[in-house]
Amino acid sequence: MRHDPHAEADSLTIFGFWVYLMTDCLLFGSLFATYMVLHNSTHGGPTSKELFSMPFVLVETLALLTSSFTCGLATRAASLNQKKQLFFWFVATFLLGALFLGMELHEFHDFIKEGNSWERSAFLSAFFTLVGTHGLHISIGLLWMIVLLVPVMRHGVTPLSMRRLTCFGLFWHFLDIVWIFIFTIVYLMGVS
Amino acid sequence: MFGRLTLDAFKHDAIEMGANYSMIFAVLLAIGLLTYFRVWGRFWREWVISLDPKKIGLMYIFVSFIMLFKGLFDAGMMRAQQAFSVGASHGYLTSDHFQQVFTAHGTTMIFFVGMGILFGVVNLIMPMQIGARDVAFPFLNSLSFYLFVVGAFLVNLSLLVGEFSAAGWVAYPPLSGLQYNPGVGVDYWIWSVQIAGIGSLLSGVNFLVTIFKMRCPGMTLMRMPVFVWASLGAMILVVFAFPILTATLAMLTLDRLIGTHFFTLTGGGNPMMYINLIWAWGHPEVYILILPAFGIFSEVVPIFSRKRLFGYASMVWAIIAIVFLSFVVWLHHFFTMGAGASVNAFFGIMTMLIAVPTGAKIFNWLFTMYEGRVRFETPLLWFLGFVIVFVTGGMTGVMMSIAPVDFQVHNSLYLIAHFHSMVIGGVVFGFFCGFSYWFPKFSGFKLDERLGRYAYYCWMLGFMLAFMPLYVLGLMGATRRLDHYDAETGWQPLFLVALSGIVFIIIGMSFQILQLLVSFRDRKKNADLTGDAWNGRTLEWATPSPPPFYNWPVTPEVYGRDAFWAMKERKTQKPLQYAPIHMPKDTAMGLYIALFAFCVGFGLIWYMFWLAIVGVVGILACLIIRLADHDTTYYVSVKEIEKIEAARLK
Repeated sequence: MRHDPHAEADSLTIFGFWVYLMTDCLLFGSLFATYMVLHNSTHGGPTSKELFSMPFVLVETLALLTSSFTCGLATRAASLNQKKQLFFWFVATFLLGALFLGMELHEFHDFIKEGNSWERSAFLSAFFTLVGTHGLHISIGLLWMIVLLVPVMRHGVTPLSMRRLTCFGLFWHFLDIVWIFIFTIVYLMGVS
Repeated sequence: MFGRLTLDAFKHDAIEMGANYSMIFAVLLAIGLLTYFRVWGRFWREWVISLDPKKIGLMYIFVSFIMLFKGLFDAGMMRAQQAFSVGASHGYLTSDHFQQVFTAHGTTMIFFVGMGILFGVVNLIMPMQIGARDVAFPFLNSLSFYLFVVGAFLVNLSLLVGEFSAAGWVAYPPLSGLQYNPGVGVDYWIWSVQIAGIGSLLSGVNFLVTIFKMRCPGMTLMRMPVFVWASLGAMILVVFAFPILTATLAMLTLDRLIGTHFFTLTGGGNPMMYINLIWAWGHPEVYILILPAFGIFSEVVPIFSRKRLFGYASMVWAIIAIVFLSFVVWLHHFFTMGAGASVNAFFGIMTMLIAVPTGAKIFNWLFTMYEGRVRFETPLLWFLGFVIVFVTGGMTGVMMSIAPVDFQVHNSLYLIAHFHSMVIGGVVFGFFCGFSYWFPKFSGFKLDERLGRYAYYCWMLGFMLAFMPLYVLGLMGATRRLDHYDAETGWQPLFLVALSGIVFIIIGMSFQILQLLVSFRDRKKNADLTGDAWNGRTLEWATPSPPPFYNWPVTPEVYGRDAFWAMKERKTQKPLQYAPIHMPKDTAMGLYIALFAFCVGFGLIWYMFWLAIVGVVGILACLIIRLADHDTTYYVSVKEIEKIEAARLK
C-alpha cells in the first residue's frame, strides 16, 4: 500500500475544518442566545423596531448571498483548473464581501452617530457583538482570500491550494448561513 | 506608553514578595542549570520546537506538576488562614489577598493542572493506542501547548506585576464587573483563561480528528481501548463546550473594556445570563476532566486483575450517555437562582440520571476485579482509593441534586467537600494511577513500589482529614471562602483537622518526589527492557520503552479488542517490511504565535493597546508565514529506520 500524503492531508484537513466550523457555530450560538435574552432590555433606548432599516439590510444580505454563489463558482473553476475564471470569480467574491462589510460598518456608524452605540443598552451591546463578530469573520475571510489568491496566481492550482480553497469555501458558505440566521432572528423578527 | 502599568504594580506585601522571590529564584535556577550543563541547544531542538506528541505530552505534565505545587500552596494558605482566623484574631492574610488566593487556587487547579494533565496524558497515550504515529495536526498541537503555557504564565505573572482576580474562579458578575473590580485582577483571570481555553479548543478539534481519522488498519471504533473512547468523549465535550467559554469571556471583556452592558447591573444587563453561560461550559468541563480518568482506570484495572475489561460495550455506552447528559445539568450549580420548581426539578432529575452511567462504570471495574488474579500494586491502590472517595463524593452529589437540599447547603463547605471528592478522588487519583502505570513506557524503568505506597497512604489519609470535616462544617453552616469567623460557631477544631490533612497531602507529595529520585537512582535495577512492563493488553505496550519518535517501524494491524494481547497469543511474527515514514518537521512557530498571544493578553490587561495590536499583527503574520511554508514534512528513509531498529535490538 503506497502512502499518499495529499489524499490523507485532504481527508484530515477538511474533516478538521468541519469540526472547527462546528465550534464556531457554537460560538455564534452563545451570542445568539445572549441576544435573544437581552433583546428587550432596551433600558429606555431605541428598540429593534425603531432602529433597523430593512431595505438597507436586504441589499446587504443580497450582496453576501451573491458572494456565496460566486465563491461556489470560483471553487468550481479551481477544480477545473481554469485560472482565469478562478481569478474573476474570486475577485467578484472579494468585492461583494467588501461591499457587505462596508454596508455593515456604515450601519454601525449611523447608529453610533445617533447616540445608539453598544453603551446605550444591553440590547445594543448584544446586537453590536453578534453582528460585529460576524463582520469580524468576514474581515478575516477577506484577508484569507488575498493570502490564498497570491500563490494560486503564481503557481496555478496545486493539491495544497485546492485543499485550502475548499476550506475557504466552507468558511464563506458557513458565514452565509450564520448571516441568514442573523437576518431572520435579529432583523426580520426584530421589526415584526 | 505603559497604559495603567506603573511602579505601584510591583509593590506587594511581605507574603506576596516571598512568593515572588521564590518564583524568580526558580526561574533563575532553571536558566542557570541549562547554561551550566550547556544544554540550551538540545533543549531547544529536542523539546521546545518538537512536534512529537510524546514530548509535548511530557511537557504538559511537567507544567501541570509545577502548577499543582502552586495550587496546593494556595490551598495550604487558605486552610492556615481559616484555622487561626477566629474571633479576635484575623489571621495573617488580608481579606483581599485571601480572595485572590482562593481565586488563584481554583483557576490553577482546573485550567492549569486538570486540563494540562488531561491533554498531557491524551498526547502521550492516545496516538499509540490507536496505532498512529502522530496526531492529525502536529503543528496545532504544539500551538495549543504554548497557549496553555502562556495562560499559566499569566497567572503566575499576576503575582509579580499587579494582582490576581478576587472574584472567584468562575468570576461571577457583577462582582467581576468594572464597577466592583476596577483593577487588573479580573483581566488577568480573563486572559489567562481565554488564551489557555483557545488552546484547549484547538486541541479538542485536533484529537477528535485524530481519533476518527488516524486509527491503524483493523482498529474499528468498537475495538478501541476504553481510554481512547474516554478521550473521544472528552474531546467531543471540549469541542462543544469551550466555544461557549470563549464567547462568555469575550462578552465579559467587552463589558470591562468598551462599556457594553451584557452582565452589568445598569443599562439592562443580566448577570444571571453569565452564570448560565459559564456553567453551560462549566459542567461539561468537569466531565472533560473526569472522563480520561475513567479511561485510565479502564486500562489499569484489567491489567492488574489479569482479566479483560468487564462489559466493554456498556463502558462505551456509559461514556456516550455521560457526554450527552453533561450538557443538560448545568443549572444544578445555581438552583437558588429561582428559576422555579419545574425547571429545578428537570435539572435535578437529569443530575440524578447522570449518576447511573457513572455507577455502571464503577460496577464494571469491580466486576473486572472479581475472580481476577489481582496484584495490589500502586496503580491499583490508586484505583481503590478512587472508588472510596469518588463514590462518597458521588452520593453527596446526588443528595445535592435534590433542589430543597441544595438550598440548604448551597455555597457551603459541603459543596466544597463534594467537588473535591470528585476532582481529587477522580481526576488527581486517576492521574497518579496512570502516572505509575505508564511511567515505565516513557522512561524505560518502573517507579519504586514501596515509596509509591507510602505516597498513596499519605494522600488517602490527608484527603480524608482535609475534606471529611468540610462535610460536617458545611452542615453546621460554614460557607465557602470565609477568611474569618466567630469563635462561638465552634468550627475551629474541624478547621484544624482540615489543616492537618493538607500536611499529610504535602508529605504524600514529598514521597512522590522522593520516589522519582530514588527510582531514577535505581533505574538499572528496575529497568524494563521488553517494552511491556506489566504484561499489557493495548498497543502502546507493543512499542519499546521509551518508544522511538515514529512509534512503530511498521504500522500495526489489529484483529480484535485488546490488540496487543491478541498479538501475543497468536505469536505470529510477520516479517517486517520497512517503508519510508512520513513525519512532520519540527517548528518553533507555535511558540512564536503564543508569544504574540501573550502580547495581546498583557496589552489588554494593562491597557497598552499598541502592544495588543503588535500581538494581533504578529499572530496574523506568523500564520501567513506558516501557510506559505510548503516544506513542512519529510520522509524517514528505510536506511535510517533500519539503523534505529538495529540499535534498539542490540
